[in-house]
Amino acid sequence: MKLITAVVKPHRLDEIKEALQAFGVQGLTVTEASGYGRQRGHTEVYRGAEYTVDLVPKIRIEVLVEDTDAEQLIEVIVKAARTGKIGDGKVWSIPVETAVRVRTGERGPDAL
Amino acid sequence: MAAGILTLAAEAPKIDTGNTAFMLISAALVLVMTPGLAFFYGGMVRVKSALNMLMMSFIAIAIVTILWTLYGFSIAFDSGSGLLGGFDWVGMRGIGKTEVWVNGVPTYVFAVFQLMFAIITPALISGALADRVKFVAWSVYITLWVTVVYFPVAHWVWASDGWLFKYGVIDFAGGTAVHINAGAAALGAILVIRKRVGFKRDPFRPHSLPLVMLGAGLLWFGWFGFNAGSWVAADGVAGIAFTNTQVATAAAVLGWLAYEKIKHGSFTTLGAASGAVAGLVAITPACGSVSPLGAIAVGVIAGVLCAAAVGLKYKFGYDDSLDVVGVHMVGGIVGSLLIGFFATGGVGQTAKGLFYGGGGAQLVKQLVGVSVVLFYSLIVSAILAKLIDLVIGFTVSEDDEVAGIDQVEHAETAYDFAGVGGAARAIASALDGSSETKKVDA
Repeated sequence: MKLITAVVKPHRLDEIKEALQAFGVQGLTVTEASGYGRQRGHTEVYRGAEYTVDLVPKIRIEVLVEDTDAEQLIEVIVKAARTGKIGDGKVWSIPVETAVRVRTGERGPDAL
Repeated sequence: MAAGILTLAAEAPKIDTGNTAFMLISAALVLVMTPGLAFFYGGMVRVKSALNMLMMSFIAIAIVTILWTLYGFSIAFDSGSGLLGGFDWVGMRGIGKTEVWVNGVPTYVFAVFQLMFAIITPALISGALADRVKFVAWSVYITLWVTVVYFPVAHWVWASDGWLFKYGVIDFAGGTAVHINAGAAALGAILVIRKRVGFKRDPFRPHSLPLVMLGAGLLWFGWFGFNAGSWVAADGVAGIAFTNTQVATAAAVLGWLAYEKIKHGSFTTLGAASGAVAGLVAITPACGSVSPLGAIAVGVIAGVLCAAAVGLKYKFGYDDSLDVVGVHMVGGIVGSLLIGFFATGGVGQTAKGLFYGGGGAQLVKQLVGVSVVLFYSLIVSAILAKLIDLVIGFTVSEDDEVAGIDQVEHAETAYDFAGVGGAARAIASALDGSSETKKVDA
């Protein structure tokens, strides 16, 4: 199994969710995150005083998938998340040793 | 006995119901300015000190109302000497219910109207002391400050036997007595107490600009009572004062925004709200002296100068947290002095300014009024703040300030962010790293 993590622009969440559902993903986890990459942050001005916001709001999406689906799923997320502008985010995958469905105790791919 | 009262009532000047109704409504309008101010300031501070900022204004309503009743109205408005009123109205005894102040308005009504001014003036100071003062120290400070500064200064400027009033200083609704007075007091206090942790190093981002706009809106609304009501009659002069209040405020919004756009590149909501307040402050002393065209000039000048003045605290290194000096002191000076230029002589007051053939005489009087109130308030406020700091400590510890004054002084949190997610947790952890254990007293 693989854990695919995507840190993307918040307003792309709905497109990504739809694309994942169309692909047949059964579940996912979404958290609000903040951070920066090459985009860095932005500057705000309050009564002339500059305020640099270097951590910008992001969404982190996590999906557990079978090894065979991983590459294709990454492509699906990247396509749905892309705006072409700086700050679109990153997607990566890491191997997962085990997974358990809490309700039934099923393990491995059966738990997905 | 009953006959005696009837005779007395018959001899007293008749109550004018129209003027009285107008003054009662104006008093309520001026009251709402203080909660409005609380929101204006409250939105500008960080999330961890929002409640404390609101409470600094709210407690002024409670404390000053009691002081006003006990002795404030008496020493401000009872006839006494040029420096201080008398003591006949201590506890508000000795004021007859049919006794008329002026224009058929009962003395009680005038007293409660003026009370609202006495409330908002110390509340204005709170913005300069944001995030860092003990609630008890603040309460003691406003108690002492209104007693030795506001009540006497109101007497000097507004009572018929007050020395600045008799000298001929024009202050229609409080440019000197309220705004310069509060702004200078703020400056005096912040020169004595410590700065916020991270002043100049960290920018302090306002936690809610919508609250700031709401507060500015309430201030603007209430200010019609503040200015027009200060004429103590529902007539044409009140109408001009009302009009000038609207016109100058609009002009100041434009002035501030134009300055900001040219200097910093954006039209900000904080700039618009601040411009409105700067315009309201500046037209306060002048609204009974200038024409609507003059009000445009007063507003634009105040908007631009105050927008420029708020940056001075970084240059000079005084932590006027929410720019009470830059907006209220500077705006009050601008409005008070511009009377010397723009007074037409044909509105509520007969004195003419430099641009209307009156020469420099009124300008000199305005300069004297401005200087006297500014230096008296600044010096006495600095002494009071120092005394309080020595005896009970004016500020909380730096650790407590960093943890958040709402938690430390009030044991409360302004907003419950539960369920909002990561952004909220970041704020919550910045506020307080502790766990979320709940303790409930059964």
